[in-house]
Amino acid sequence: MIEGTDRIDYYPTHELGGYRARAGRPIPFGATLVPGGVNFSIYSTHATACTLVLFEKRASEPMAEIPIPSAFRMGNTWSIMVFGLEYEEIEYGYRFEGPWDPEAGQRFDPRVIVCDPYAKVIGGRDTWMGDPEWDRPYPHRSRLAFEDFDWEDDKPLEIPTEDLVIYETHVRSFTRHPSSGVKAPGTFAGLREKIPYLLDLGINCVELMPIFEFDEWENSRRNPETGETLVNYWGYSTLGFFAPKAGFAATGKYGMQVDEVKALVKDLHRHGIEVMLDVVFNHTAEGDHRGPTISFRGIDNKTYYMLTPEGWYYNFSGTGNTLNCNHPVVRGMVIDCLRYWASEYHIDGFRFDLAAILGRDQNGAPLANPPLIESLAHDPILARCKLVAEAWDAGGLYQVGSFPNYGRWAEWNGKYRDDLRKFLVGAEGGVGALAQRLQGSPDLYWYRGASASVNFVTCHDGFTLCDLVSYNGKHNESNGENNNDGANDNNSWNCGAEGPTNNEEVNALRSRQMRNALALLLFSQGVPMLLAGDEVARSQGGNNNAYCHDSEISWFDWTLVDANAGLLAFTKRLIAFRKAHPVLRRSHHFVHRDDAQVGLPDISFHGTQAWRPEWAGWSKALGVMLCGAYAPGGADDDVYLATNTYWEGLWFDLPRPRAGRRWHVVANTGMAAPEDAFDLGQEPLLEDQDRVLLGPRSVLILVAR
Amino acid sequence: MAINVSECQAVKVIAVDGSIDGKTAPEVQGEILPAVAGIDRVILDLSQVDYMSSAGLRMLLTLYRQFQARKGRIALVGVSEEIQDVMSHTGFIGFFALADTLEEAVALLEGTS
Repeated sequence: MIEGTDRIDYYPTHELGGYRARAGRPIPFGATLVPGGVNFSIYSTHATACTLVLFEKRASEPMAEIPIPSAFRMGNTWSIMVFGLEYEEIEYGYRFEGPWDPEAGQRFDPRVIVCDPYAKVIGGRDTWMGDPEWDRPYPHRSRLAFEDFDWEDDKPLEIPTEDLVIYETHVRSFTRHPSSGVKAPGTFAGLREKIPYLLDLGINCVELMPIFEFDEWENSRRNPETGETLVNYWGYSTLGFFAPKAGFAATGKYGMQVDEVKALVKDLHRHGIEVMLDVVFNHTAEGDHRGPTISFRGIDNKTYYMLTPEGWYYNFSGTGNTLNCNHPVVRGMVIDCLRYWASEYHIDGFRFDLAAILGRDQNGAPLANPPLIESLAHDPILARCKLVAEAWDAGGLYQVGSFPNYGRWAEWNGKYRDDLRKFLVGAEGGVGALAQRLQGSPDLYWYRGASASVNFVTCHDGFTLCDLVSYNGKHNESNGENNNDGANDNNSWNCGAEGPTNNEEVNALRSRQMRNALALLLFSQGVPMLLAGDEVARSQGGNNNAYCHDSEISWFDWTLVDANAGLLAFTKRLIAFRKAHPVLRRSHHFVHRDDAQVGLPDISFHGTQAWRPEWAGWSKALGVMLCGAYAPGGADDDVYLATNTYWEGLWFDLPRPRAGRRWHVVANTGMAAPEDAFDLGQEPLLEDQDRVLLGPRSVLILVAR
Repeated sequence: MAINVSECQAVKVIAVDGSIDGKTAPEVQGEILPAVAGIDRVILDLSQVDYMSSAGLRMLLTLYRQFQARKGRIALVGVSEEIQDVMSHTGFIGFFALADTLEEAVALLEGTS
C-alpha cells in the first residue's frame, strides 16, 4: 500500500530562510497539514509581494520570514509548502507589500504582520480577558488546527424546520454565574454540562451568539460611574471567520478549542439538540480608517471592504466598515467558511446577523438577485442546513417578508416580535395583527409557508421577557453612553411600577404577562425562539443592550430555576404541548376551508361569541381553533386558544370541536401556578363545554380529545 | 521523558514519565507500539505525566483505535485531574477506561474483556 508520505510530490525542492520548502497548492486557502509539512495559501489581487512569517508560539519576534518566491505565485494567490514545522508550537502570519493609496482604496503596510483570513485557530486571546499585552507585535496570530476529530457516526440532525424550538444563548453567559455549578464556568464545556437542563426544558436547537474568534478587549473602557470594565462581550465583531473563540473554551489555554466545540456539538446531537450559529459576515473587527490593521485591510482592502469612490469605508453595519460580500472572492470566502463549519463542525444551521447587507452590491445598492444569498441557498454542502436571515441592516434596508429566499431562507420575524408586544399591552388594532402572527404570518410569507418565520418576543437584542413586563423604558446608564444606546421602540409595559416592586398586584400581572407571551409564542405556527433565561424570568435590570457587560447583568442566574420554578414548569409544559401536537407545526399555511369535510375548517377565528371574531380596532379578545384533521399526518386533536387583553374578565362562548371530542384545559394564565398549565395527558376536562370565563389579560389553551 | 515496561497480574503496564506533546508523542508511540505487538490488553500508567498536549491526546486515541481494530483494550491509570478535565472537555475521555490504581485497571480490563 502506498502511504501518504510516499507521494512523490511531498518532498522539499527549495531551502528558504532555513526551512525546507516547495511550491504550495493554491487550494484550499489557509494552512493545511500535509505529510511532513504545512501547505500555506493566501489570496491578494493588489499585493506586489508576500512573505510568510513564522513565530514560535507566543514569542515576540518571528523565528523566520520566508518571502514567497514569485515562482510560487499562481494568479493572485501565493502558496508555499514548508516542511519540518512543529504543528503545535508555531504561529504564522504574512507581510504584504503593495501600494499605500487610501484614495484608491489601497492600504498595504509591510510593517504589519497580518492574520490569515482562513486561520482555523487564532492565538492571542487564549483565555477570556487574559492579559492583552498591548505592545505585542502581531496580537492576533494564525495557528494550525488538527482536523481529525473522531465524530464516530455523528452528523447534523436535519430536524424539520417547523419542528424546531430554538433557544438563543451566549456561551459565556449561560454558565458563568457562580450558581451554575459547572466545573468550567462560562465555557463550551460548561454549556455541555447543562445539556440535562436543556433536555428537561424540551428545546431541540441551541442558537449560539457569536463564537468566531473576537477580541473582548476591543473598545474596552471603564464605566466612569461604576469603575466597571466594559468589554466587547457579545462578540459581534469577527477577527477570523474560521476560528472558534478560544476564550469560550476551558481548553483555550492549551489551544484545544476546536476539539472542545466539536465535543459540545457531538454531545448535543447525541441528545437530539441541533446547533445553530449566529454568524456575522456584515463587518469585521478592523473598524473604519481609524481602526487597526489585523487582516483583511492589509491583505486586500479594496477587495474585502465596500469603499466609497474616495476610498472611505461604507458603514451599513453601524460599526465602521462593511464586508464586501458580493465581491466574487469575498463571496467565495463566506461560502468556504460556512461549508467548513457545516462539514468540519457538523453545525446544523446559521443565523446571519444583519443579513440584508449580504444582498447589497459593491456600492451598497440592494440587489434583486444577490449572488451570495443565492449561492448559499443552492450550495451542495449546506443543502440541509437551516439558513436564517436577520433581514435588516443598520443602513435602513428592512426586508422582513421580502428577503431573497430561493425557497430556502427563513427570517427572524421582527414583525412578529413587534405585533406580539403591541398586542400584549392591549394596543389598538392588535387583534388583526395577532391573527396573522398566530398563523405563521401568511401576510409576509404567503408563498413561503410558516416555517420561513422564526417567531420571537425577545432575543439578545432588547429587553428580556421579565424586563419587557417590568420597564416602560430602557435603563442603559451602565453602558456608559448616557442611555443613548439601545432601541427606544420596545413596546414594553411595566404593569404599574418601573422595575422591581413589592406590589403583589403588579408582580402577579407581570407573571401573567410573561406566561401570555410564552403561550402565544408556543401556540403560533412557525418556529418559536426563546431567549435563554426567559423561562425563569431573568432580568437585566432594564438594560436592553447589554453588549458590553461581562457581569451579573448578562449572566444566567441559576438560582432563578428554583425561585421561578412555576414559570419554568409552565414553559416546559407549553413546549411539550407544542411538540405533542403537529397541528401547531404545519409547514404550509392554512386555507380557512374544510376541504376534507371533517366538520371544521383547518383554522377558524372566534370572539367572545363563537364563530364571530371581533376585528375592530378596539377589540381585545380573540379565539382561534385549529382542527387536528389538518395537522401534518392528519391525526391530531383539535386545539383552541382564547386571549383577552382587556383589563377585566370576559366570557367566551366556545366553538364545538369535532364530534365526540371534549375540551380539556392545557393552560390558563389567569390561574396561579401550578394550575396555570398541565402535563400532557393530565389536562382536566372543562366542566362547562359551552362557555368559559377568561380572566383579565389572560390566555387560555384547550385541547379536544 | 522516559518509558518503563512492567507487568501487573500478567497484564503489561507501560509507564510514561514526563510531558507528552508534539515533540515527545511520536517517541512515546514508537516505544509503545513494539512493546504491545501481539498482545490485546495493556495498561498505560500516566501518573508521572504532568502535561499532555493536543498531539499527546491524539497519540493516545491513535493507540486506542489500533487496539480496537484487533479487539484489544487499553486502560489508563493515574491520569491527573487537569489532564482528565482536558480529556473530558474535548471528548477524548469517552474512548478510554480510566482507573486510579493498577489493580483497578486490571479489574477493568478483565471485567470488560
